[in-house]
Order: sequence, then structure tokens, then C-alpha cells
Amino acid sequence: MNWNITAGRPVYVQLIEQLELAIVTGEYPPGSRIPAVRELAAEAGVNPNTMQRALQDLESRGLLQSQRTSGRIVSANQDTLHTLRVQRAEVYVADFLRQMHKLGYTQEETLELLQKATFPTVSNTKEES
Amino acid sequence: MQPVYEVHKLSKYYGRIRALDHLDLALAPGKLVGLLGPNGSGKTTLIKIGAGLLTPDQGSVLIGGMAPGPATKAIVSYLPDRMALPTEMTTKDVVSMYSDFFADFDRVKAQEMLRDLHLSDSQRIGSMSKGTQEKVQLCLVMSRAAKLYLLDEPLGGVDPAAREYILSTILRNYSEDSAVLFSTHLISDIEKVLDEVAILRQGKLLLHDSVDHLRQEKGMSVDEFFKEVFRC
Repeated sequence: MNWNITAGRPVYVQLIEQLELAIVTGEYPPGSRIPAVRELAAEAGVNPNTMQRALQDLESRGLLQSQRTSGRIVSANQDTLHTLRVQRAEVYVADFLRQMHKLGYTQEETLELLQKATFPTVSNTKEES
Repeated sequence: MQPVYEVHKLSKYYGRIRALDHLDLALAPGKLVGLLGPNGSGKTTLIKIGAGLLTPDQGSVLIGGMAPGPATKAIVSYLPDRMALPTEMTTKDVVSMYSDFFADFDRVKAQEMLRDLHLSDSQRIGSMSKGTQEKVQLCLVMSRAAKLYLLDEPLGGVDPAAREYILSTILRNYSEDSAVLFSTHLISDIEKVLDEVAILRQGKLLLHDSVDHLRQEKGMSVDEFFKEVFRC
């Protein structure tokens, strides 16, 4: 998957966010096995201890489940996935509105622009990883 | 857990200059620690004391619970900040030399790394560029199964592509009971891979913290924090 760790915020927080996103978008679908800690860490270019910490967080929230001998699988159910998706959408919307506000747009003007905008129609555009 | 490397009230003077000034630092096993600080802050001195090349003027040094000596040199893998391999030898010769000197040296691992970095077996060290020499030296140092790796500027003269390979090599090769301490000025390149940073200022420890805790507390990257503290 595509990792993007930026400055300024704790690395493990960003890892959690990006792992969550991969689960929500179905890159790691429910029931699938995720790569081993060292492999994920090498892929993201981060310290294995940090990756471990992020995975443990997801585990404690029931999104991942440790299999005694064979790594971790995605254990999130549809309800949790739905909640996560909504939460993520709210973050994006809030972020978007903040930027529009910065540009000097009012709520009405923003909504008007949104009405005119076209939503991407092809929904299954698979991103290359 | 017993620290892998522990110094207590460590001082070292060069004439009137205090290179290290009552320094306390302990490295836990399993940690990858960046040793940061401006030029002349004592990084190399601290590393050389751990490698047994310098003796402290005051204070104590323990490596795996032992004072520096032949027994600690067997468990410390040291990368000097300058080329220290015999220039008349070839890559193949230095691999043999390391395998004679160090019981924990893994010849196969070294050969794999040298191959990955496209380093020829038969080239003489003296005919290599500075960056290539550094790569060879680092391959040798990381091919030991040491308890403590002391790396003095391992990335300085190395190109960005090799830098990434070297970092991932360090990540893949250190084990849970060993610690890595490496000094560098390339903070933004390496802070993601570190567990902790130890920052020196004029021979004293300014800060020793986990990277994520520092990022959280200061709201900035280690690189930004460093630039702010040491603004000229």
C-alpha cells in the first residue's frame, strides 16, 4: 500500500490512520491476512516497534485480530467499517469546509459550487499500489 | 531490563575543551537510537568511548554490564566516521579479515549486501570512491550479530538510493536484544525509522526521548525541533 508519513505528527498516529483507511477502502478486506509487522514496517520505511504499536491499537479496537501463529487478520465487521467510513468522511468534509472558509467562501456559496460539481462516476477506479 | 549501553557522569576532556560533560545515557535493548547534535557536541567522542578507542576522564561506562575491553569489543560493532579499512585490500580480502576477527560475523549476509549494492568482489578499497568505501564498511559492520551497533555518520557520503537500502538493512538486521546508536545530521531522512533520539549540546544530554513522544509534545518533527533549538 501507499504510505505517506509527514512531519509534525506522531508517526504511529499516521500509521493507524492509513491502516484504517486501507481496511475501510477494502484494500485489506474483512477476513484477509495483513502482512507481518517487519514487512509492513519495511514497506512504510518506519521502525518495526512503531508499526507494532499501531497494529496493537487497531487490535485493541477490534479491527484486527491476532492469530496465534499466523499473523493478523482483519476482523472488523460491517458495522465498524460503516462507522469508520462515516468518521473519515466527516473529517474530509470538515477539512474541505475549513479550506473553503479560508478562501473566503460562505456556506451558501460553497453548497452552490458543490451542486454544480460532478461526482466521479467510475466508482471502481483501482489505485495502483 | 539491563541497558545495552550505559554511561554515568561521563566526562572527557581534550585539553581545556570538555567534549563530554557529566553525561548520563542508557540505551535499552531493541531500540534504534539517533544520536544528534551540532558539530563538536560530543557525538563521536561518546561513540569512540563505547567502541573502546578512547578512555573516559571521569564517570563510568558499561556495555552489556561490562567495562570496555576485549570482551565488549566482541559484542560491539563499530563504524568509524572515516575510512578504516586497509586500502590495498580488495572487498573479498576485507570480508575474510572481518570473518577472522569477529566470531559473530556472518559472511553470507555480508556477501548478499555487497551484491545488492553492486559492489565488486575484486575491487581494491583504495580505488573506490568515498561513498563506495563507506558502503563496504557499513556492510561489514551490519553483518555482525552484535549486541550494540555504534555507527558514526553511516549515511554521510552515501547517495539517496543507497541510503534507503542501508536504512532498511539496519531495520531488518537489528534484533530485539541489540541496540543501535547512530550519529547523523540527516535527521529528516531517518527520524521515521528511529525509536528514540538522544540530542547532545556541548557535551551534555539535552534530551533523550521517543520520536513519537517528541513529535506529539512539540507538535513538530525532530528535524524542525533541532533547527529551532540550534538556530544560528
